[in-house]
Amino acid sequence: MIPQPAPVSPILGKLSLDALPLHEPIVVATFCGVAIGGIGLVAALTYFKLWGYLWKNWFTSVDHKKIGIMYMILGLVMFLRGFADALMMRLQQALAFNGSEGYLNAHHFDQVFTAHGVIMIFFVAMPFVTGLMNYIVPLQIGARDVSFPFLNNFSFWMTTGGAVLVMASLFVGEFAQTGWLAYPPLSGILYSPGVGVDYYLWALQVAGVGTTLSGINLIVTILKLRAPGMSLMKMPVFTWTSLCTNVLIVASFPVLTAALALLGLDRYAHTNFFTNDFGGSAMMYVNLIWIWGHPEVYILILPLFGVFSEVTSTFSGKKLFGYSSMVYATIVITILSYLVWLHHFFTMGSGASVNSFFGITTMVISIPTGAKIFNWLFTMYRGRIRFELPMMWTIAFMLTFAIGGMTGVMLAIPPADFVLHNSLFLIAHFHNVIIGGVLFGLFAAINFWWPKAFGFKLNEFWGKVSFWCWVPGFWLAFLPLYIMGLMGVTRRMRVFDDPSLQIFFVVAALGAALIAAGIGAMLVQFAVSIWKREELKDVTGDPWGGRTLEWATSSPPPEYNFAFTPVIHDLDAWYDMKSRGCERPLTGFKDIHMPSNTGAGVILAGISTLIGFALIWHIWWLVGVSFVALIGGAIFHTFNYNRDFDIPAETVAETEAARTRQLAGA
Amino acid sequence: MSTTTIPAADEPVRFYDFDEHPHPEGYSTMLGFWIYLMSDCLIFAILFACYAVLGGNFAGGPGPKDLFDLPLVALNTAMLLFSSITYGFAMLGMAKGNKTQVLIWLAITLVFGGCFLGIELYEFSELIHEGAGPWRSAFLSSFFTLVGTHGLHVTFGSIWLITLMVQVSRFGLTAANQRRLACLSLFWHFLDVIWIGVFTFVYLMGMLR
Amino acid sequence: MSHDPHAHDAHAHGDHGDHGHGHGVEIPHGSMRDYVIGFVLSVILTAIPFYLVMERPFSNGVTAAAIMGFAVIQILVHMVYFLHLKPSAEGGWTMTALVFTIIVVAIMLSGSLWVMYHLNANMMPMMDPSQLP
Repeated sequence: MIPQPAPVSPILGKLSLDALPLHEPIVVATFCGVAIGGIGLVAALTYFKLWGYLWKNWFTSVDHKKIGIMYMILGLVMFLRGFADALMMRLQQALAFNGSEGYLNAHHFDQVFTAHGVIMIFFVAMPFVTGLMNYIVPLQIGARDVSFPFLNNFSFWMTTGGAVLVMASLFVGEFAQTGWLAYPPLSGILYSPGVGVDYYLWALQVAGVGTTLSGINLIVTILKLRAPGMSLMKMPVFTWTSLCTNVLIVASFPVLTAALALLGLDRYAHTNFFTNDFGGSAMMYVNLIWIWGHPEVYILILPLFGVFSEVTSTFSGKKLFGYSSMVYATIVITILSYLVWLHHFFTMGSGASVNSFFGITTMVISIPTGAKIFNWLFTMYRGRIRFELPMMWTIAFMLTFAIGGMTGVMLAIPPADFVLHNSLFLIAHFHNVIIGGVLFGLFAAINFWWPKAFGFKLNEFWGKVSFWCWVPGFWLAFLPLYIMGLMGVTRRMRVFDDPSLQIFFVVAALGAALIAAGIGAMLVQFAVSIWKREELKDVTGDPWGGRTLEWATSSPPPEYNFAFTPVIHDLDAWYDMKSRGCERPLTGFKDIHMPSNTGAGVILAGISTLIGFALIWHIWWLVGVSFVALIGGAIFHTFNYNRDFDIPAETVAETEAARTRQLAGA
Repeated sequence: MSTTTIPAADEPVRFYDFDEHPHPEGYSTMLGFWIYLMSDCLIFAILFACYAVLGGNFAGGPGPKDLFDLPLVALNTAMLLFSSITYGFAMLGMAKGNKTQVLIWLAITLVFGGCFLGIELYEFSELIHEGAGPWRSAFLSSFFTLVGTHGLHVTFGSIWLITLMVQVSRFGLTAANQRRLACLSLFWHFLDVIWIGVFTFVYLMGMLR
Repeated sequence: MSHDPHAHDAHAHGDHGDHGHGHGVEIPHGSMRDYVIGFVLSVILTAIPFYLVMERPFSNGVTAAAIMGFAVIQILVHMVYFLHLKPSAEGGWTMTALVFTIIVVAIMLSGSLWVMYHLNANMMPMMDPSQLP
């Protein structure tokens, strides 16, 4: 069956003034806020003449440290957007009782919960994790940059392009109303004829290219650019978990790309992969998307397991307990994560043998994960623990994540899942592991590595305020969801009939408000720390008594990371260097070969985003023109053979001399 | 990784490499490109999985026996196989440093690649003409997508081939161009490997269904 | 596999100790003999399955098993003679990547078939999917 296409303009496609959501006062008010803020930002940048600086030193930079920081900023901005969606949902569900419809109409509410999920996973957690790996991994392995620095810049801008498309959907047209994985047939052209699902598809496709390329880049970096002496079993745990994460990225994001492409073909070319008739099978999409989806869960959490390992051993003043078991546990999780995907759709009806197999594999994953928790506990045991902010977040993680893991094992039991599937219990479970694991880990990582990146520590008072708002706030927000889920309340509901449930939603909304205070305190923490950066300054480059190589260089590290490549003899390389009295070399500097900046990444990613926009709105001439421009631009870029330059030895000597003076002053 | 790190017994432990040389340009490229190919392989794996699951759903429409023309497929397979060996000859020319030989064999490879694409487009247009387009059934959707994706890869490979011919003729067989030729070689042979899967599982097995 | 005199085998697998002598990067390429052997084998391994399906000397099941076997052999032939895959290349990482990919592909293909077959058997036991509208 081929539905007749709506009449489209040859010039603007489906785009017209009707696409602007002028009838939605909330969106219009948001738009005004964003527009005023945006104009203010642009005006400020222009007034202070910062555009040239930003373009030359940041946007076109191939320095892995700057790209890492830009990823973190992208993640933070999108986090605020995603969290605003969460607050809107909590408010709506707390209000919509006793005949009240709340303040969001169905069309808007459905977009809000879809956007919340998509943004939090793809444009918050992924950029945060990728940014962290980008910044830390080359430093930890003693490399000067990643293997493919240009590709790194391009990957970042592709991720940003995807985020731009999601943000554009707020003001031009609509976003998907299908839930964050856009299951067909609801997401098919018959039931979602608007542009919402198209925004979803192309945003994820554009960002997905970036993610896959950055995964390849980091794998090769870790395999090929380790400092001499760093055998695999002398790699820091964070580097190990990053390696496994990037293996998962490269071996699972193509599946997402393919599954979304097939859904796109169903929508654009009227094929019948996931349709109800002509032999299509919607469950095949669910099957494919979860083959990606479950590894994705471990893509998010594994790097943070690495962070907790580094933090625990640093702040306990001990070698990590059970290093090799930690490495093997990570590898086992990597492999097992490909064998559990069906637990996301036990209720599909595959029968007992299939469900038992996937139920058991799921439970098996908790064994290596449990081993990790015990390793951290044994590292702390008889350690000299310093309760600084990174360590506080780590302990909060262990307490929270253990409970999230247990509810996960409950959900892994197929008969229990038949009761709990698509209930608020599931929502509480995955927020428990994602907030308690990924976000708490990121907060630990930000507090831990901020001094490395910027040369000053973060303010401790506001950090603690944020911590004490976040952790109880989380439990206040999600315990009611666990309880309601056990009672059978389903997810994604806009209004409720049973008035006895309202109190739970009110408590959950209060929890969300407490989390909002935590986020606010964190922003204040950043501002206060920047304001008082002289007081918080770290001149040693090693503010925490660190153990791995990134602490061997200055804070922030020079462009070339290490004047001389370190030689590694032990697992905790920097601790080994310190304890054996390694002297920092002061003379004999040489020219250092570095990659040059290029604007090609910004331009090519910008064109790709434009293609996405044109495809969403069926502006076919623009699709053609920008596609030709993309191919042409890529070919043009390959004609540039001079992609690197030398930092002269004198410059290196000057930079290092400045550091020597700084160290002497400390 | 390295032998330089094990100090002799009387030598003090070295913590920095004072005599380092930068990694040669393109040090990581071949491994990186290989890993890219592996990720591409997974895209094809998903398309094969779709064909395997949905390939029997004819929705009352035509099946493989009504549609596939095996002699044409055999001819197409031959084109791709010829292009594989001619690309190999170009690589041998590169090893000898013979620019002209490289360019000639690349041109011949391009011709075979073009023939392959032409035959595939002819086959597609015939099918669509018979009313067996990709929208007719899930079987045809997965058939067109799998074979079409392979064809799209060959198209991009051909564009890349032309670009490289220009670059080799203008800048010669420099180290960078040799690396690029080697990457495209992997890509081109990889597509031939995928095609083995396509003609076996789609066409030949289809005739047995 | 024969060794081509131009192959820089000495500079394989990420050896930091052996610093830039101008050609630190390994470019894999075979010899004429490799390509010819690979080509001839591929032609044979392609022709037989086509013959088996077009002339049908055996039953369906035997033919299917045979052509799948020929496909696997031909893929191996391509890997060795055209892609010049060696276990030692890049410190063994190309081979590791390939083996990992094969495992993941096997899981995806067999898993999807198993899951979807069970679904159809459980949910639509009476219907033949090829004849559904």
